[in-house]
Amino acid sequence: MSVNRQQLPVPGAARPLSFPSIHKTTLANGLGVWTVRHANIPVVTLALLVRGGAAQDGSGHEGLSALTIDMLDEGSGDRSAIDMHEALARVGAQLDSDIGADAAVLTVTALARFAQPALSLLADITVRPSLRPADVERVRQLRLHRLTQLRDVPGAVADRAFLRLLYGSHPYGHTPLGSEASLAALTPEAVVACHQRMLRPSESTLIVVGDCSHDEIVKLAADAFGDWSSAGRGGEVPMPEALVPPRLNIVPRAGAPQSELRIGQIGVPRNIPDYHALVAANMVLGGQFVSRINLKLREERGLTYGARTSFDFRRLPGPFSLQVSVQTSGTVEAIRESLHEIEAIRGSRPVTREELELGVAALTHGYARSFETAEQVARALTNIALYDLPDDYFVRFVPLVSAVTPGEVTRVMEKYLHPDRLTTLIVGDEAAIARDLDGLSLGAPNILSADTF
Amino acid sequence: MNIAFHKHTLANGLDVLLHEDRSCPIVAVNLWYHVGSKNEVPGRTGFAHLFEHLMFEGSQHHDTGYFPPIQGAGGTLNGSTNADRTNYWEVVPSNALELALWMESDRMGFLLPALTEAKFSNQRDVVLNERRQNYENRPYGLAPMAMLAALFPGDHPYHWTTIGEIADLHAARIEDVRAFFSTYYHPANASLAIAGDIDPEQTLALVRAYFEELPPGPHVARLSVPTPALTREQRLVLEDRVELPRLHLAWLSPAMFAPFDAELDLAADILANGKTSRLYRRLVYDQRLATDVSAAQNSRELTGFLQVAATAAPGHTLAELERIIVEEIARLAAEGPTEDEIERCRVQAEAQFIFRLQNVGGFGGKSDQLNAYNTFTGDPAYFMEDLARYQRVTAGSLQEAVQRYLTTPHRVVLSVVPRGRVVLGMPDSSPAQVS
Repeated sequence: MSVNRQQLPVPGAARPLSFPSIHKTTLANGLGVWTVRHANIPVVTLALLVRGGAAQDGSGHEGLSALTIDMLDEGSGDRSAIDMHEALARVGAQLDSDIGADAAVLTVTALARFAQPALSLLADITVRPSLRPADVERVRQLRLHRLTQLRDVPGAVADRAFLRLLYGSHPYGHTPLGSEASLAALTPEAVVACHQRMLRPSESTLIVVGDCSHDEIVKLAADAFGDWSSAGRGGEVPMPEALVPPRLNIVPRAGAPQSELRIGQIGVPRNIPDYHALVAANMVLGGQFVSRINLKLREERGLTYGARTSFDFRRLPGPFSLQVSVQTSGTVEAIRESLHEIEAIRGSRPVTREELELGVAALTHGYARSFETAEQVARALTNIALYDLPDDYFVRFVPLVSAVTPGEVTRVMEKYLHPDRLTTLIVGDEAAIARDLDGLSLGAPNILSADTF
Repeated sequence: MNIAFHKHTLANGLDVLLHEDRSCPIVAVNLWYHVGSKNEVPGRTGFAHLFEHLMFEGSQHHDTGYFPPIQGAGGTLNGSTNADRTNYWEVVPSNALELALWMESDRMGFLLPALTEAKFSNQRDVVLNERRQNYENRPYGLAPMAMLAALFPGDHPYHWTTIGEIADLHAARIEDVRAFFSTYYHPANASLAIAGDIDPEQTLALVRAYFEELPPGPHVARLSVPTPALTREQRLVLEDRVELPRLHLAWLSPAMFAPFDAELDLAADILANGKTSRLYRRLVYDQRLATDVSAAQNSRELTGFLQVAATAAPGHTLAELERIIVEEIARLAAEGPTEDEIERCRVQAEAQFIFRLQNVGGFGGKSDQLNAYNTFTGDPAYFMEDLARYQRVTAGSLQEAVQRYLTTPHRVVLSVVPRGRVVLGMPDSSPAQVS
């Protein structure tokens, strides 16, 4: 065959992806057991989704939920943390825990032939952790040391300070890690109480993806999780108020070669009808390499290694933010250009049909890539469980995103992004940039010290 | 388990590896060039990686960015450079395989006509920002520079890091790009792996159509640089914007796939990786002298180095950590691992190898593994042998490896301490020079 180098080949029809079908059973104690058959490699992924996360920490106890989740693998019954990890290692299992504002997920990936012991270890970890006071004390100390070290990580400082600016004392106003002051106040009793309140079968879903039968898994799950009961009760998280933080904020970092920037505001919840339009719009604005903001700041100006924007869709309105690290001398230019792009996409330079098609195509044509491994499928299912999405959500996604029009993008950008409410945060060398900040017309910068967030 | 494949070597020397896996309608295209920062020369460090960036900026027949066509087809793409090799990959829906091959072949054959000063200087700025973000403005980020510079003499190709020195990045010229491309970027120095939803025969025909017309290019002689043994202990201290001091201990060790490489990889796990490891248990769990500890056998093509790192908990000194690390290494050398530890290592190795089979592409996926084995051993089927060498490790062979490589006092001791607190470093350390 001969090739034509004058023109890029146009892909033909895609081979359709068959979406995983979900088999569901609810155990007597309320635990949902969902399985999906995914059989190409003898590996099984178990994901336990627990609704309820760092937003339920309670004022003054910031960091409690994450500490509790961190304590789960520190021993069960008379077994120590070391014993638990030896047991996991003996079956080649990999345990990860992840906690956000709204939920926690414990994931175990193991060789398929060890599905039973892996499931039983996951149950011991979740349902029957020892939570010994001495262990709580040790792990709490380690987390305090981690916080101490994060004082020097500009991205971590920015994330913490930015949430505080946007949400103030609302439960979304802190990261799961909490603060040095709140962690210092956490007790072993608080951890035990948090475990009871947060880890309840009625609020949890066990997702199993691999080469295994639904009935078999339900039986194993009933054995392992059957005596788990829902005792406590979680608190309600109120709607966040729209605060009016200072427009421009600095956490000083003398001599820093780059400024770590966050620009954003409170966004929208996951269950908003405009979800798909916002996802498509964000692709054009800052959600992919070829987005407007990344092309401007990186490929045109060379100010950064990369910039991105995101809507953090949560059960309640999560943050919209632009995240970028720019060379110190380019701080003001990067802020100006970013604010300009956010303003422009609302109407003065609306998305073109070509831009939108590219963003939508990346999402829709690329959808199959999200279902390759058992772990990816399990992760996709945790979203269905957490946000109460319909079982056929995967089938609906592509048509919904494809239907977004340029007019809708302009409408949702105008509706949900408000340039006069955008807050800018700089973690950087104040002395080097202070003089130029006046040019931004965002008012005098508000200087934040590390103990205020 | 295995990665079944067909291997074809085209007339121009390009190795083509095809692996069929129809479970998901996607294809991974993965292209390795056998060139990395070890092929750079002093004064031009960081160049192989800077060059990699230019590969995404356009080629003669597609003289704009490489991201829009692939992303528009639903694909993802990236590349990376390390000391020994540079890789480029796309993972695309299977209907976009030809697009990916078109683009990879165009930048392999026709990069230079599209090269401009503007692109070059823009990507140099981007790389300088990558360096600021990931090294200069990150706690402990400059430690690798100090460590490599101490382990390897100035003219050794592992003396510098892949990101390179700032002055060298500034000194790079567009003529260097042309020379580098002509020397290293051609079919005879490359390996192309395609894995996923493909028909191997049709795919081979497509590959031939796009790549066979490219000239083979000059032969690239394999570097064979001897690594001088360390002849003394070097103690260095580096001041950084950190809160807690961290200790790094490193020894020279065998190259990738060489005898005792697998043993030392497992020894690193037994010593310091995970909560079951000996040093975690002692330093972090029992005595609480450290906030974290880790170890890795960094095996590379020419040689390797094994490094242990630990961060002191407030109120404790690096000397306390050093004493216990050395004690635990000595104990492993004297008594060897327990049978239980060896059994655990075997199961974990098997699991890790099987977990690696879950992705067709991206960093570390099946296509990347086929290329790694092909490039470094000449045998894409080395997967099974690679696993087997871990399964063959015995308590005795692991013990011997530790005795041979980790009990010598000829090592590098690097302390990273908060600025102005050199006193927190190990005694008798001299300032590390990093730029």
